[in-house]
Amino acid sequence: MLPKLPKENLLEILRKMLLIRHFEESLIGLFDKGLFRGHYHVYIGQEATGVAALSCLGGGDYMFTTHRNHGHLLARGAEPGRLLAEILGRKDGYNKGKGGSFHTNISSLGILQTSAVVAGIIPLSTGAAYAAKARKAGQVSVCLFGDGALEEGAAPESFNLASLWKLPVLFLCENNGKYGVGRAVAAAQSSTMAAYPLTDLPKAYKIPAEQVDGLDAGAVHAAVSEALSRIRRGEGPRFIEAQTVRWPGSESNWPVVPVPTEVALAWDVGTAPEKVRGWYRECDPALIFIRELVEEKQVTREEISQVDKNVRGQVAQAVDFALKSPYPDLEEALKDVFA
Amino acid sequence: MRELAYYEAKLEALGEILAADERVHLFGGSFLGLSPHRGLFQKIALAYPERVAFPPISELGFCGLAVGAAMAGLRPVVDLSTASFIFEAWPQVVNEAANAFYMSGGQTRAPVVFHIFHGLRGGGAAQHSHSPQAMLWNAPGLEIALPSSPRDVRGLLKTAARSDNPTIFVDHVQLLEMLGPVPEDDAAIPFGVAEVKRAGSDVTLIATSYLVQRCLAVAERLAREGIQAEVVDPRTLVPLDFHTLMASVEKTRRVVIVDECHQSCGVAAELATRIGEAGFDKLKTPIRRVATLDVPVPYSQRLEEFIGPSDSRISEAVRAVVG
Repeated sequence: MLPKLPKENLLEILRKMLLIRHFEESLIGLFDKGLFRGHYHVYIGQEATGVAALSCLGGGDYMFTTHRNHGHLLARGAEPGRLLAEILGRKDGYNKGKGGSFHTNISSLGILQTSAVVAGIIPLSTGAAYAAKARKAGQVSVCLFGDGALEEGAAPESFNLASLWKLPVLFLCENNGKYGVGRAVAAAQSSTMAAYPLTDLPKAYKIPAEQVDGLDAGAVHAAVSEALSRIRRGEGPRFIEAQTVRWPGSESNWPVVPVPTEVALAWDVGTAPEKVRGWYRECDPALIFIRELVEEKQVTREEISQVDKNVRGQVAQAVDFALKSPYPDLEEALKDVFA
Repeated sequence: MRELAYYEAKLEALGEILAADERVHLFGGSFLGLSPHRGLFQKIALAYPERVAFPPISELGFCGLAVGAAMAGLRPVVDLSTASFIFEAWPQVVNEAANAFYMSGGQTRAPVVFHIFHGLRGGGAAQHSHSPQAMLWNAPGLEIALPSSPRDVRGLLKTAARSDNPTIFVDHVQLLEMLGPVPEDDAAIPFGVAEVKRAGSDVTLIATSYLVQRCLAVAERLAREGIQAEVVDPRTLVPLDFHTLMASVEKTRRVVIVDECHQSCGVAAELATRIGEAGFDKLKTPIRRVATLDVPVPYSQRLEEFIGPSDSRISEAVRAVVG
């Protein structure tokens, strides 16, 4: 379903979902050309969750993310050029080329630390919530992490602290291991948890927890906006498990684009290789959102094509900006050890 | 100057940093360890009920919480009590706090203080007797302070609370009862300023924390034998006032480094390397280390004294280099 928002907000959600998609697909192309090194993770297939959830945040709120952060950063308002420059290890990157894909953070957007250690941000986001509560400024802290993070001890220790001290934090678990939407197939989970469903774990610490369809922007928006308003009222932490279906391009160690995303795929996946057609037809959150916008007569196909064209232009400019950015000076390696 | 017990000076500093800055929050209440005076902390807890929190037994969780709170603008001071417990929080201390400023390209500050009691406390055995300062020194981004007197614990704690960097405050329970002069004024002691705690001309003894007091006692006894030892206390390892250490070494031309870390890759190992690299030609004799032997810490008093940097091992090392 569509989020209950005015058309301009729906178009903004569409714009950000397509921006993330084209950014990530371009990034995979840059990696394949050898333009950056190291392991990296893309957000394709989870756009509805990140964009809809983060559209509920206010300007002063905190957000913490992980190794799979590009989508979250773009949804929160990162400039694609500076983000890409960081991933390419360039001087104009947000972290001067010292963070990279794993660690890009933007404190001016309330993104204080991006940790690539699984569950590293769960205590950190709980601490930002502690600071927010101490200041009584009405801020919330949102922690976005994958289902695997629940396997780390940092998760339950943080749930205990957040619950005991009624801290204003939303734990948003993106479970991208769901085999198929609406199919509760325990065996298809990618994480290895005795606590199943995953919401059993926060519930043991008396944290209200629910599951939502992470492919459904409207469902995510409704759940997150309700959770945040309760958190802002001082009711303490909440947990949401957003279920998405793993993008088939991430099956190998390094991502591969099986078919470049086109708006037309929303109605005809005929151009996609047969074995991934099912995902693009049923599980692609961007294409689902596009179909809903048109079917509910909120936006025309032409308007969607125009947004797509603009976003492609923006990503092309970002690539150009990042590739033109120089590598950092060597002395940069020795700076910023201490404040 | 007034005289205070170490624990009194430390408590005074905790009260002062809470009063001076409302961003300071304390987590945990064992800043006086298991000392008979530990109940005095209650007065501080009652004075600041919203800024003194007692977390559950979850070092990883509450240290990470403190780091996140620091990133979001508070200045948490976290009591981990026994230094060995910092291993439970290792990922948050060395992999989140220490890296934050650097990997954000200078955007994110994590002004958190971790308070630990290190070393041989007497009967701590293998799991409660660690001196993790050398391991922590191996994680760039952490400041490390080690007080050795009532004046230093107050002055260094104030500076730790004002620092914009994550700081490890390495204390020792054997110091808590000692008496010493403490000024009335603010008297924050800047990081990176070593102190010559006893002047001497024959040999330089470099030590930190409780071992500064042991070295001062040994130096008095050696004076009766005609050996004048200079005792130099770096007070902070990061930043390190290498200049003052080297000035003493150049004067005495003999150096013994006394350290409660295990010997291999310990604080003494790093200091010895730096002194050797900078001033091998200034030395009349090889550098000697007196550190905890490279075995887990045994329980039995007789064995614990044997493996630690005891007064007799310090004296023997001094006689060996002076002799």
